[in-house]
Amino acid sequence: MKPEDWRIIGLRDNEYDLITKILGREPNQVELGMFGVMWSEHCSYKHSKAVLRTFPTTGPRVLQGPGENAGIVAIGDGLAVCFKIESHNHPSAIEPYQGAATGVGGIIRDIFTMGARPIAILDSLRFGTLDDSKVRYLFNGVVSGIAGYGNCIGIPTVGGEIYFDPCYQGNPLVCVMCVGLIETEKIRLGKATGVGNLVILAGARTGRDGMHGASFASEELSEASEEKRPAVQVGDPFMEKLLLEACLELIENGDLEGIQDLGAAGLTCAVSEMASRGGTGMEIELSKVPCREEGMTPYEIMIAESQERMLMVVTPEKEAKVHGVFQRWGLTSTTIGRVTADGLLRIKMHGQVVAEVPARSLAEDSPVYYPASAKPAYLERTAQLDLAAIPQPDDFNTVLLKLLSTPNLASKEGVWQQYDYMVRTSTVVRPGSDAAVLRIRGTQKALAMTTDCNARYVYLDPYAGGQIAVAEAARNVVCSGGEPLAITDCLCFGNPEKPEIYWQFRQAVEGISAACRALETPVTGGNVSFYNETKGEAIYPTPVIGMVGLLNDVTKACTLPFKAAGDLIVLLGESFDELGGSEYLAVIHGRVQGKPPALDLAKEKALHRVVLAAIGQGLVHSAHDLAEGGLAVAVAECLFEHEIGARLELDANGLRPDSLLFGESQSRVILSLSPENLPVLRELAVREEVPLAVIGRTGGDRFQIYVDGAPRVDLPVAQVKAAWQGAIPC
Amino acid sequence: MKFGVIVFPGSNCDLDAYHLVRDVLGAPVEYIWHAERSVAGFDCLILPGGFSYGDYLRCGAIARFSPVMPAVVEFARRGGLVLGICNGFQILTEAGLLPGALYSNTSLQFRCRDTILRVENNDTPFTRGLPPGQLLSIPIAHGEGNYYVDPETLAQMEAKGQIVFRYADREGRITPDANPNGSVGNIAGVCNENRNVLGMMPHPERAGEALLGSTDGLLIFKSILEYWEGCR
Repeated sequence: MKPEDWRIIGLRDNEYDLITKILGREPNQVELGMFGVMWSEHCSYKHSKAVLRTFPTTGPRVLQGPGENAGIVAIGDGLAVCFKIESHNHPSAIEPYQGAATGVGGIIRDIFTMGARPIAILDSLRFGTLDDSKVRYLFNGVVSGIAGYGNCIGIPTVGGEIYFDPCYQGNPLVCVMCVGLIETEKIRLGKATGVGNLVILAGARTGRDGMHGASFASEELSEASEEKRPAVQVGDPFMEKLLLEACLELIENGDLEGIQDLGAAGLTCAVSEMASRGGTGMEIELSKVPCREEGMTPYEIMIAESQERMLMVVTPEKEAKVHGVFQRWGLTSTTIGRVTADGLLRIKMHGQVVAEVPARSLAEDSPVYYPASAKPAYLERTAQLDLAAIPQPDDFNTVLLKLLSTPNLASKEGVWQQYDYMVRTSTVVRPGSDAAVLRIRGTQKALAMTTDCNARYVYLDPYAGGQIAVAEAARNVVCSGGEPLAITDCLCFGNPEKPEIYWQFRQAVEGISAACRALETPVTGGNVSFYNETKGEAIYPTPVIGMVGLLNDVTKACTLPFKAAGDLIVLLGESFDELGGSEYLAVIHGRVQGKPPALDLAKEKALHRVVLAAIGQGLVHSAHDLAEGGLAVAVAECLFEHEIGARLELDANGLRPDSLLFGESQSRVILSLSPENLPVLRELAVREEVPLAVIGRTGGDRFQIYVDGAPRVDLPVAQVKAAWQGAIPC
Repeated sequence: MKFGVIVFPGSNCDLDAYHLVRDVLGAPVEYIWHAERSVAGFDCLILPGGFSYGDYLRCGAIARFSPVMPAVVEFARRGGLVLGICNGFQILTEAGLLPGALYSNTSLQFRCRDTILRVENNDTPFTRGLPPGQLLSIPIAHGEGNYYVDPETLAQMEAKGQIVFRYADREGRITPDANPNGSVGNIAGVCNENRNVLGMMPHPERAGEALLGSTDGLLIFKSILEYWEGCR
């Protein structure tokens, strides 16, 4: 072997030395390829592992934490929710339709691999600015890919988020979360147990698609990335639908000992992880693997990332039955090997051993790096924000309309109406509210789910931004009536080998951990996506939080629109002169500057208790959290669905009018309610020491805001809605 | 009265139709696997929505060759009640049980949203008891729901009362803005001459419970049940 041989597949010299030490000899080409993909950043987490261990991952409800294909959290009645988020950024950057489609397919497999029935998909998307035709191509391609795959397989796409910022111009982010339901006793793990048990490969045939996808995901994007288009897999949602039904039928009947999907690093990853988790080995005969084309080499078969494939371990007695089920679903399945006791993966082609490596060495023994970290220099500059230098707008009407028509705040209906968000008839709260809510058939319960991250905050202060991402996700779940249960995270960053990037990563993880501890929402899994850089420029640090919450009574699910004229509008929480990192500062004043708003986790938690109690007792007609665009934008969003106007009368209490209207102070929620419910609500707020202010009333067909008696905003609801609706071309 | 929900490979609204009939309507229902060759014992067949065979060729073009389809066609010819929803409607046109074809939406995009349907003919087993002109709120979710039929056939269909539902605005007007997919004459659902086979792009099985936003779809299933009881 020459240094080029390992460097070209992404292995470093020290890693090659470690491989020779593990094997006691030089690896052959097949073995080197297997290490290359398994020790890629994407599969091995070698730069993040040490930091990820600091996440809080346990809790009374957690049945499965990180390390398996997905996390699982108990929700009572013998049921559990299984969920995970994963990125497909690099593939989507060069082949948006298939990149996004296979992102959806991959995360769905992670869920049904655990034995869970997938019930919902959410997508957290980030693109450059829409004035760039390449960005519009990526945006439309990604949305079509998600729709194409999700609609066909029949799992509703119920939520997510979309942001646009120049930092994602060449490197979009496509993070897909899937949520599934499972009976706790049916949980299946990706383990190869029982020496002598058989290994079955089912689903699509293996082709030369997606070669080195895992390695491609572990480097920065460049102009040469276009040439890596063959590293992007091609999705077949119809095949996956059949595979899903067949696998769930087998799991339901208890026919499988273990099951694992084939994703990044293909067969190599599936066999090594299953054997490693089971403390076993496997002997695999590659000539049995059904291939799409003639003459595929052992190397190609081992690392191809062809989609829609599953690996299963079954007892010899069940073999015929398992093949029979796949046959009935019109799928190919083949016994390709057996479980052995020696801990080795012995890969044969026509009886000849072509690779023999310890399973554990591939799955677990990659080096762990502790990269240097250093506070980025830019923070000195961005932290300087002198509010006195920011002029007050002359015309608040124009500012409000402009904010609502920026793509980040504008209506995303043009996107989500391309997704089937109702199939399986369980979607109780549809896209467009704070969190989606899905009922759980056969119970009174429901699940609330959301994805959130304000990456601008994370850029300006990774620790605070990480905290806020969790807090906002929790607030969204709470505003829908759900008690936050746990999170999954999709940590998208630049090149971790750069100290400033690694500092962002460590700080964000610390912030997320602190918020998860305070809000009692442990981390159950997720993924890390590094090297999100184009031409040396990193994206904003973007740790997307996917959160699931539980409603014990589905009929209590709450939505954000105002429901009736004459209701009181109540603001819970406190407003400060906090314009740092705000959408207002970026859009109106062209500054990405300042510190993100301060977050007090104890106050956040208290707010949640008040809102949950108010919703649970049926006191309120609507609830909406305050986020980008602040109070004025949040209230405007409540007007649109039923086209009900509102008149707000605010006391500035010494705040700048622009902070009051557009500042993004944390831990605030807008409620609407009948006047007779106010005393009970006030009691709840007083008990939790959450500030409560009645700020206005619903009604009429205008949106009016008075500050200390002076009119600041006065617009017809129809005009405000039109600005919000027409902003994103789809 | 026993309902059968046919499961093609790639059907994905089979569960929803099954659930509505069993748990909301309270009628007996069973799945029918596409490989069956008989539909004996069933009184109403539902061809559900989804992407049969991935819809990789043309929607419904492969499903219509499923082993179960000759039995479905025979069942329909003998006057059995057949309801095709979304992909089921597409399959029924491919199978020749209903006239016309379903093109791509004029937006060239999938559309999932609530629509308002105006009842055009209440003299079918599926719309009995609904006053003509009544408006129903029922969602759509499709990429190929743009109904087309040649003008001559359309005129005959209109004369014979085969247009059952049209997309309308909130006031019940048939306007271009109310048309979500470009269908000729805003057509959302049609029946055959004998009126025992109905195809519709909107999903009545998604509008059967107040929790999900509308119960108007349930009226169609109730009508089927009442019709059946009236026949006995």
